[in-house]
Amino acid sequence: MALAAQAEPNLETPSETAPAAPAPSRLGLARLDPGAALAWLVPALLIVVWQAGASLGWIPGNVLPAPTAVAAAGWRALWSGELWANLQISFLRALAGFAIGGGLGFVLGLANGLSKLSERLTDTTLQMVRNVPHLALIPLVILWFGIDEEAKIFLVALGVLFPIYINTFHGIRTADPQLVEMGRIYGMSPWRLFTRVILPGALPSIFVGLRFALGIMWLTLIVAETISASSGIGYMAMNAREFMLVDVVVLAILIYALLGKLADSLARLLERLCLQWHPAFQTKR
Amino acid sequence: MIATTLQRQGVTLEPARPVRQPVMPHHGVTLDLQNLGKSFGANPVLRGIDLKVPAGQFLAVVGRSGCGKSTLLRLLVGLDRPSIGQLLISGRPATAGVARIMFQEPRLLPWARVLANVEVGLTPVGGAAERRAQALQLLAQVGLADRARDWPAVLSGGQRQRVALARALASEPRLLALDEPLGALDALTRIEMQDLLAAIWQQQRFTAVLVTHDVAEALALADRVIVIEGGRIALDLDVPLARPRQRGSAELAALEGRILDQLLAPGRGDHR
Ligand SMILES: Nc1ncnc2c1ncn2[C@@H]1O[C@H](COP(=O)(O)OP(=O)(O)OP(=O)(O)O)[C@@H](O)[C@H]1O
Ligand SMILES: [Mg+2]
Repeated sequence: MALAAQAEPNLETPSETAPAAPAPSRLGLARLDPGAALAWLVPALLIVVWQAGASLGWIPGNVLPAPTAVAAAGWRALWSGELWANLQISFLRALAGFAIGGGLGFVLGLANGLSKLSERLTDTTLQMVRNVPHLALIPLVILWFGIDEEAKIFLVALGVLFPIYINTFHGIRTADPQLVEMGRIYGMSPWRLFTRVILPGALPSIFVGLRFALGIMWLTLIVAETISASSGIGYMAMNAREFMLVDVVVLAILIYALLGKLADSLARLLERLCLQWHPAFQTKR
Repeated sequence: MIATTLQRQGVTLEPARPVRQPVMPHHGVTLDLQNLGKSFGANPVLRGIDLKVPAGQFLAVVGRSGCGKSTLLRLLVGLDRPSIGQLLISGRPATAGVARIMFQEPRLLPWARVLANVEVGLTPVGGAAERRAQALQLLAQVGLADRARDWPAVLSGGQRQRVALARALASEPRLLALDEPLGALDALTRIEMQDLLAAIWQQQRFTAVLVTHDVAEALALADRVIVIEGGRIALDLDVPLARPRQRGSAELAALEGRILDQLLAPGRGDHR
């Protein structure tokens, strides 16, 4: 909604928008990028309150250690190399699972969006598999793969596949028939029609799938690493629990939050780059 | 403005001369519709249209909503196949890809810049730089050279339609079909676009078939106006007036009256 409202003036010619621009005070703030600053205001406030609560003794240290304690734990883990090693392995798992599941979902989405035959062959099966919560497969996956890498990568891939599949499929299927007809009139080859008309039109939908899939990717990885792993951030948290190291547990949770945010920001950036043409993403000139 | 440029180049017609003998050699195709009909399921929309259109003629098609005007255009440009009869273009059975069509919606690719949208219309030969230059020239022809780098979303409706026109003209089509291309524009922009269209047609002399709801528009642009009713041609009227035409002249008013009489005649019309 907010995006649409922002984008509206762009539909008019620049000469018309110039006098209608927001009041000077808002323009001044815009230069400081209020959006970015505001976005971090609430997390910063939370940390201040948290720190104050911990320092004043309102929050017991064995329930929730102070941010400074968590930072110290982070520093120690970083220094010992443990944090970096676990971060690396988690990242690689996420990446591998995402590449496999996302790639498969994308290809299936394209195939089923473009070919009725392919859709008839696979869509029903995919919809059935989709309705099984993939985390319910954990016991089976442990039986199959033990607690090796394959288990985690398999689960992540399975979780990521469906959001990408469904949104790619939907994006391709809802390609504007008027534009497709235009492409045909102008003698576009099927390949050109796909790359110039159908795929660009499907991109907004594919990005929705991408961002959704990134969320599922982290979720799956956390659960999988918490239940069965001998390395990774999730393992680090479970291991710390056994030794009652609450600060490390909280550290792991915060790292997940940051990683999730980072992945989402990257996806947004990519979206912004790819969808420049979209009125909702056009920056004011 | 373009019209005056053309005048200076001596492209205008002598007033006394019949319009259907243009100064420039014909670039357009001839159309020969023989008992052309189209049904959708059990619903016959066109029931045998017989029509010969000489090369380079500007034909306007008017008729009530739903009488099959768009259907006729789609047959002409090969987007649909006729149910009965046949269509000859320059004496040969119609093949797709010769004609261009403009719709009421500009149908620009939102994700391509204005220039790239015009390039869609170019035949894919020649280097990128050459195509770019060609597209830029076409944009200049419709007065939008300075908007080449813009996204279609920031253009006004009339500007988008001009980009669509530049794209349609890119391959120098010998038949241009226009399905209410100005229908969504305001009155003033409409008149500007009509002048632009007339100027370009006078320059290139493709065969033009314009579907419009606006009888005045049909008379401002066309050499000939046909009225479709009940799936057939109910009126076939020549417009032997020199260009540029004086809007609101007595001759145009008389012709407009005849067409409107036909359109509004009671007891006719809706065949469904
Ligand atoms: N693909 C189709 N399938 C079924 N019926 C169709 C199809 N296309 C058009 N028709 C029918 O054909 C008739 C004529 O449609 P057409 O679009 O040619 O009318 P039109 O003269 O262009 O009307 P308007 O002036 O409102 O644009 C309508 O009754 C319409 O419902
Ligand atoms: Mg129509």
